[in-house]
Amino acid sequence: MALNPTKVLNYRALAGRPRGYDPRLRKAPGVVETQIIPIATTMLASMLTLLPFVTTAPTMPPWGLLVLLGWRLLDRDIWPVWMALPLGLFDDMFSGQPMGSAMMLWTLAFLAIEVFDRRMIWRDYKEDWAIAAGSIAAVLVGGLIVADGTGGGTDLITIIPQIAISILCFPIAVRFCAMIDRMRRRI
Amino acid sequence: MAPKSSRRPGFSRRAQYSLFVSYVVAVAGAAIGLLLILTARFDPAGHTVIQGVFTDVTSPLSTAGRAVVRTFRDGTENVSAYFDAATKNKAMEAELKAARQKLIRGQVDAAENRRLRRLAKLVEKMPEAIVAARLVSSTGTSSRRYATLTAGQTDGIANGQPVRSSEGLVGRIVQAGEVSSRVLLIVDGGNIVPVKRVTDNVPAVAVGLGDGRMELRPLSTGGNPFKAGDVFVTSGSGGIYKPGIPVAMGVSRNREGIIARPLADPSRLDFAIVEPVFTTPPPLPSGMLEQAEE
Repeated sequence: MALNPTKVLNYRALAGRPRGYDPRLRKAPGVVETQIIPIATTMLASMLTLLPFVTTAPTMPPWGLLVLLGWRLLDRDIWPVWMALPLGLFDDMFSGQPMGSAMMLWTLAFLAIEVFDRRMIWRDYKEDWAIAAGSIAAVLVGGLIVADGTGGGTDLITIIPQIAISILCFPIAVRFCAMIDRMRRRI
Repeated sequence: MAPKSSRRPGFSRRAQYSLFVSYVVAVAGAAIGLLLILTARFDPAGHTVIQGVFTDVTSPLSTAGRAVVRTFRDGTENVSAYFDAATKNKAMEAELKAARQKLIRGQVDAAENRRLRRLAKLVEKMPEAIVAARLVSSTGTSSRRYATLTAGQTDGIANGQPVRSSEGLVGRIVQAGEVSSRVLLIVDGGNIVPVKRVTDNVPAVAVGLGDGRMELRPLSTGGNPFKAGDVFVTSGSGGIYKPGIPVAMGVSRNREGIIARPLADPSRLDFAIVEPVFTTPPPLPSGMLEQAEE
C-alpha cells in the first residue's frame, strides 16, 4: 500500500508535540470520512428507488451505480476492487433485479475500470465521463439480459432512453460526490 | 511523474499480494453473483423468499413518502377546483340528472338479470377480496416492472394472487413478504394475461412491453380482428385471474395484434385489492357428464 499523504501530514503535525496533543487544524480524516461516507452515500443512492412513485417504464437512472462510478473515478484508491460486491448486493435488494445482478455487473465494471487505469495514466474529466458512459450502458444492457433471462421479456429498445438519461445524469452524480468529497476533507 | 496509487504496488511484496487478493476476491464474488442469478432462473421460489425479506424492511419508508406525495397532489387539485367551481357545478348537475336516469334503468336491468339467472339456474361463485392495500413504490431503474404493496403474508397474501383496482387489473403477487409484497404489474414483459374482447369474447393473450403498454395477440389464426378502441377483460382461462376484470384498451393495430394501454394506470393508483387465486372447477368425471346430459 502506498502511503496516504494526509496521514503523513498528520504525523508531521504530531512530531515533537506532547503525547495526547490533538491537532485542530489539518486533522487527518478518520475512518468515517474516508470510508463510511462514500459507502453510505452510494447505499442511499441505491435506495432512491424507494421514492414513492409507481412508474410504468424504466426511466429512472440507476443512481447507486452513478454515485459508485463517481466515487471510483474521482479517487482511484478509494476502494479495493471488491467493494462493488457488497454495494451491488445492497442495490439488488431495492432495484427489482434478481439478486446477484448488480453484484456481478458492478464488479465486472470495476475490473474493466482497473484495466483503463493501467492503460491511461493521465485522465481528464472527459475520459472519465466516457468510461462511465461505457460502464453505465454495459451494466444496464447486462441488467436487461439478466432480467430477461429470469422471466422478463423487455426489448432492448425500451431501455435506450434510460441509458441516455443515465449517461447525461452522470455529471450530476460526480458533482454530488465532489461536493461530499470537499466536505469530508474539510472536516 | 504519474500519481501514486495502491494499484501500482512497486516492489513491496505485501502490497503486491494484497492487490492480487483483491482481484481474486472480486472475480470470485462476480462468479457468486452469477450463481445467485442462476438460482433466480432455476429456483425462482427460493430466490423470492430472500428478496421478500428485504422488501419488508424497506416498505415503511415508501409508505410514509407516498402519503406526502398524495397530500401534495390533492392540495393542487383542491386549488384548481376552486377556480372552476361554478362551471363544474352546472356540468355536475346535468351529469347527476343523466346518472339518475341511468341508475333507474340499471336497477331494472339488475332485476331482469336476477330473474334470468334464476331461470338459467346459473350459480356463480365469485371469490371475495382478501385485503385492500396501498401500492407504494416501484422498481424505476430495472427493466422489470414490480410495485411494492403494503400487505403481506400476515394479511393472508400468498404468491400468485391477482391484484386489481376499481379500474382494472393491476398484476399479481410474486413475492409475499411478512408485511409487504411485490406485485408483478401487467405491463411487465414477463407477465402474460389471457384476455377476451368484451363485445364478442374473441380470445387473446396480453403481454407487457415493459414501457407502460401491452401487446395483445389473438389466439385464433388468420387475420387480425382487433381495432383501436376495443376493450379487453380477463377471460379466466388458465386460472389465476377471474373472468371479467377490465385489462386494457386497444390503441394501435399492428401486424400481429394490437398495442393496448392498461385501464388501471399504476402510476395514479393508490389502493389495490388482492383477490384469491381463481381456480377453474375440475372437469366432471365422464359418467357424471353423461348423466347431466340425460
